[in-house]
Amino acid sequence: MADAPAKPDPLLAPAVDDDGAPYWEHAARGELRVQACAACGEPRFPPRPCCPHCASFSAEWRRTSGRGRIWSYVVPHPPLLPAYAARAPYPVILVELTDAPRVRLVGNLVTRAGAAFDSVPRERVRIGARVQAVFAEQGGVVVPQWILERP
Amino acid sequence: MASLKDATAIAGIGQTPFAKQLLESEKALACRAILSALHDAGIAPSEVDAFASYTMEETDEVEVAKAIGAGDVTFFSKVGYGGGGSCATVGHLAAAVATGQASVGVAWRSRKRGSGPRPWRNTSAQLPTPAQWTRPFGLLRPADEIAMLTRRYLHEYGATRDHLFNVALACRNRANQNPAAMMYERPLTRDMYMTSRWISEPLCLFDNCLETDGALACVVVSAERARDCRHKPVYVHSVAQGLPAQHHGMVNYWNEDPLSGPAWTAARQLWKQSDVTPEDVDVAQIYDAFTSLVPLSLEGYGFCGRGEGGAFTEGGALEIGGRLPLNTSGGGLSEAYVHGFNLINEGVKQLRGTSTAQVPDAATCLVTAGEGVPTSALLLRAP
Repeated sequence: MADAPAKPDPLLAPAVDDDGAPYWEHAARGELRVQACAACGEPRFPPRPCCPHCASFSAEWRRTSGRGRIWSYVVPHPPLLPAYAARAPYPVILVELTDAPRVRLVGNLVTRAGAAFDSVPRERVRIGARVQAVFAEQGGVVVPQWILERP
Repeated sequence: MASLKDATAIAGIGQTPFAKQLLESEKALACRAILSALHDAGIAPSEVDAFASYTMEETDEVEVAKAIGAGDVTFFSKVGYGGGGSCATVGHLAAAVATGQASVGVAWRSRKRGSGPRPWRNTSAQLPTPAQWTRPFGLLRPADEIAMLTRRYLHEYGATRDHLFNVALACRNRANQNPAAMMYERPLTRDMYMTSRWISEPLCLFDNCLETDGALACVVVSAERARDCRHKPVYVHSVAQGLPAQHHGMVNYWNEDPLSGPAWTAARQLWKQSDVTPEDVDVAQIYDAFTSLVPLSLEGYGFCGRGEGGAFTEGGALEIGGRLPLNTSGGGLSEAYVHGFNLINEGVKQLRGTSTAQVPDAATCLVTAGEGVPTSALLLRAP
């Protein structure tokens, strides 16, 4: 089988932990939800066992509109892991959620769910741009991606 | 309350050569640096009874102690968060010596990051938060994580790449005076900087520290003992660690104010315990894994106001003769990147008056560990 075509290197899948699992379960249903304290209502990110404001261990997963703005972004160039080097340079954005401003999610800006990491023209990637979550599978996990509200 | 102020001193410093590749093992390099520091202090290895290093240090105290011939060791400590731990190694030894837990402490860092693997390439031993929330999206390396904060910093405060260049240039100019520096014979120009390849926009090649094989160590003893050692003592005037509320190392994206990091927390504690203020600092060794950490640190340690760190670098402020001569051995950007330990040893050289880029009559030196991670800082003073 020496002449079998090489499999394309996979992107990393999120390494889901106990605290984060509900986030990914909701994402698989196309919902962007963030952890919030069920006692005092404060949202928190990344998810954790108890509330830093009131110490309650009771949490809920609050649905968001999936809307936000680009707070910052970078454009990595190689050397990178092979799957990422093959896609580089690509923007990685940090999205501040409209419904929970201290929750800033790292993600990829694309023209549509599942599109290439570099599908949005570079001049359209700007701090302050409004974005909307869409969902696509990556390494067996459904992850939020981001499209421009005004493409 | 008991105070660490001037209770201890750095009595000896040692280092190996710095290079992209050294042939000896990290363990051998650690032993060479430590023995060199003890020789510099004039203290026998059998007198060493305390050790401190980084959690990322791969040679442990047991190996080092038996190799150098230490006696009974009664204090040993490791500090976490990569380059954030550098100054804390000295701080932990200072606390141990000042409280009588030990009498001769050795802090060290040995690393073959030049010829060894890049930690971010490891996909089987990732830190849990980045592994879940940031790395899958292509934010893979420390440079990518800090570039995110850098872009926001430039946007929010109107700082420019020229400001980052000022940092890179000051470090390179000092390295050009330091025969031990990896970049000794390699001058940097603005044109080279502006046309260099990107690593992670907005950070280019020259915004990133070197990849170095090398080791350094220093010896901490009581101030009284230090006065009988070979060199002029360099007092540990103040020391602090800093982990701010709701901070997250490297990916500090999830609080009210991500651009105000551990430097602010460490600085409050550092100055509170000190007799001096930022205006009294003659020379600073500021952790420079990335150029943008310097303006952030200048703000955090109180040399200028929020958002003024970029402008502070203008007009040669960081050069010899400027407002705050910086990283006078070349720093992590141009001498060697050994998790910031070379900044500690260079602080000692400045206060001994033996730096290759000596600031005239330097009496007070600030040394900082990594900004952007749980950090630490030292104020060193000459007698």
